[in-house]
Amino acid sequence: MSNERQDLYPGYDVLAKRDTPSWNEQTREVIDARLALDPEGHSFFTDAEWATLKALVDRIVPQPASRTAPIPVAAMVDEKMRGPGDGFRIASLPPMGEAWRRGLAALAAEAEERHGRRFHEIGTAEQDAIVRDAKEGRGKEAAWAGLPPKEFFSHRVVPDVVKSYYAHPTAWNEIGWGGPASPRGYVRMDFNRRDPWEAAEAKPGQEEKARRENRRVGR
Amino acid sequence: MSDAETTIRATGGRAPDVFRLGGWVPMREYREADEVDFAIVGTGGGGGTLACRLAEAGFSVVAFDAGAYWRPLEDFASDEHHQSKLYWTDERISDGENPIQLGSNNSGKSVGGSTVHFAMVSLRFRPEWFKSRTLLGYGADWPLDWREMWGYYGEVENALKIAGPVSYPWGPKRPRYPYRAHEMNAAARVLARGCDAQGYRWTETPLATVSAPRGESPPCVYRGFCTLGCSTNAKQSALVTWLPRALAAGAEIRDLAMVGRIETNEAGRATGVQYHRDGRWRFQKARNVVVAGYAIETPRLLLMSATTRFPDGLGNSSGLVGKYLTVQGNQAVWGQCEDEIRSYKGPPSLAVTEHFNYHDEGKDFHGGYCWMSQGPLPMLWGGTLAGDRGLWGEALVAEMQRYNHSVGLKVVSEYMPQERNTVTLADETDRYGLPIARVTYSWCDNDKRMNRHALDQMRMSLAGAGATELWEQENDTCHLNGTARMGSDPATSVVDSDCRSWDIPNLWVCDGSVFPTVGGVNPSLTIQAIACRTADRIAALAKRGDLERRSVLTGS
Ligand SMILES: Cc1cc2nc3c(=O)[nH]c(=O)nc-3n(C[C@H](O)[C@H](O)[C@H](O)COP(=O)(O)OP(=O)(O)OC[C@H]3O[C@@H](n4cnc5c(N)ncnc54)[C@H](O)[C@@H]3O)c2cc1C
Ligand code: SF4
Repeated sequence: MSNERQDLYPGYDVLAKRDTPSWNEQTREVIDARLALDPEGHSFFTDAEWATLKALVDRIVPQPASRTAPIPVAAMVDEKMRGPGDGFRIASLPPMGEAWRRGLAALAAEAEERHGRRFHEIGTAEQDAIVRDAKEGRGKEAAWAGLPPKEFFSHRVVPDVVKSYYAHPTAWNEIGWGGPASPRGYVRMDFNRRDPWEAAEAKPGQEEKARRENRRVGR
Repeated sequence: MSDAETTIRATGGRAPDVFRLGGWVPMREYREADEVDFAIVGTGGGGGTLACRLAEAGFSVVAFDAGAYWRPLEDFASDEHHQSKLYWTDERISDGENPIQLGSNNSGKSVGGSTVHFAMVSLRFRPEWFKSRTLLGYGADWPLDWREMWGYYGEVENALKIAGPVSYPWGPKRPRYPYRAHEMNAAARVLARGCDAQGYRWTETPLATVSAPRGESPPCVYRGFCTLGCSTNAKQSALVTWLPRALAAGAEIRDLAMVGRIETNEAGRATGVQYHRDGRWRFQKARNVVVAGYAIETPRLLLMSATTRFPDGLGNSSGLVGKYLTVQGNQAVWGQCEDEIRSYKGPPSLAVTEHFNYHDEGKDFHGGYCWMSQGPLPMLWGGTLAGDRGLWGEALVAEMQRYNHSVGLKVVSEYMPQERNTVTLADETDRYGLPIARVTYSWCDNDKRMNRHALDQMRMSLAGAGATELWEQENDTCHLNGTARMGSDPATSVVDSDCRSWDIPNLWVCDGSVFPTVGGVNPSLTIQAIACRTADRIAALAKRGDLERRSVLTGS
């Protein structure tokens, strides 16, 4: 496992392909709406829940401080709460929205109990300890009040937070994914073959070459 | 963008032309008071195929689907998040020792059913599976003969112009596939390398997406969004194959029409369906009702339609409606390659090995499995690394950066039918006021041994192909079958070999629910083959005057 985020696809911007044959009209519409999402917009979560949620998503999918327009993960989760759900829930969890309210309240209660402060006010190491315990099912019963922390983590936090992050073009740039591909798909299918409209990976010492190639994906 | 989810499209004498932006095709319409020959609930792999074949045989058909009537060219965005609109997103509860993931993983809600977002893998059963109890010593025998099924497989493969190899490495002789096989991507080549290292055969996967132009379908452009809906119409889903044929033959399709109840009369016969459309409940009269809602909605509807005469639900004298839910294992082994793989290009499973479907020596379990190459898109991959590998924080975002070098093999394996795996009705209700489904699943020891065997084999294979840092995704399943099993004894099955209810002679089930066993391949080719056979049987029964009643008394 590598454990550090790198600039692997220097200069790659999937949005440069917006007006190429890789994107059709309906895709532009959908992505434009996602990009227009107000990062502070929340109508499902209360302000107190919102503060906890934002702190939580920053621990699950941390973003570089240098990122000028961070992916609005919390707002995407709030949006999901207002739409249809996943089509099922595991029996030990309540419905989606209620699970989130109780889960966020539990995280807040853990922070309160351990540090006498609110979850978003404690340090990231302390936050991580609470998240790790929840994920391993070691939540304090008084705080979780019957909500199973492990299931909350794997069946709510993962699908809602992680999938929101990777639904965003900025995340696609980070991992070098080609992004939308309709009507034009791909041509070069074999090992180490890349179409000119795909992200170029920086091989050691060849970062400039990759940057040049990535500048051309939208042509 | 699209108004398909909120606006009824199939009405006023026309239905959407799935091949044209804003286009329409003429559609025959029936009045609710007309007693149509067949009311079919669900228009997916089973229902869509049957609607087509019955209409072509001259029957009057109205097919209902709770989902939207899409025109893929105008309604499908190239986006993983947005396209979740294709899934069955109404709530269900999942429990048991190994609760299964529903929604995106296995159930669609669209005209065309789950075939709109399926992965197009189109494999035939191994012949012995139709008699697995007698020949292989496990599960239950089907009341069908494989030689007859071989003919129907051929019909479906031709109807969908399946693209596959010239000669198939396993099983009895079959004709060459109608269209040439697709080019393999790097992920598929990894599968081939691994199999070569192990001495197992592999082949290009037979797929329901065309490799050359076909009518209004252009060849596949390898965009890799198949499980999110194909926006080019290369994919040969029920939406673009059986249903246009059904319309042309005079069938009516009602979109955004949720069937909540099958009505039965004093005489114990079905009289039609209650359905919710355009804001209110309505009733369609029918001489026959076919349930084809897939293995959760089908038993749910049969159970919800209980009356004083049928207090345990319709067709349930055996007590087996909703029992023997049987999914398939979907474990995976993932690893890293030095090479760039970029598995997002092309249909997700371009190569397959059925070695352990046909090779039984040395197995410490019953059943078989195949494995295929994979091509998860970023949301799915992120969910897998976080949910199954347990990564979060910096470890997750760093590992995600190796997306283009990640590669994996995933199994489709034959879990054993168990009576304790069930679909039942929960106390909670949905937006129509109908009880939601509770789905209960637990693996048996055989399932666990098979999981282990498959994971070990795939691990060896990936290692043999040169992948490193291997890890196992242990907890995934796919495909839903078995909750209204067919059989030759009314005491131990819900429907007979013609998919006809033992209890109610004008009630039929035609979808994945009828499988008594699931085999080690994806189910949809078999579902469609059974639907073709059922249509032929219905036509034959009608000719003999046996559609109205059962002439041969069977069972207890
Ligand atoms: C991501 C994914 C990949 C897959 N890949 C493959 C593959 O590669 N190969 C393969 O063979 N199979 C695959 N499958 C499985 C395959 O799609 C299904 O097995 C097949 O479509 C099932 O056919 P069916 O007719 O039983 O149900 P469906 O095709 O699901 O059709 C059922 C329809 O009934 C409707 N319905 C249900 N209840 C009601 C009601 N009460 N009123 C009105 N309408 C109702 C639903 O809206 C739905 O449209 C895949 C499935 C998924 C989700
Ligand atoms: S890869 Fe082919 S079948 Fe899949 S979505 Fe693209 S065009 Fe359709």
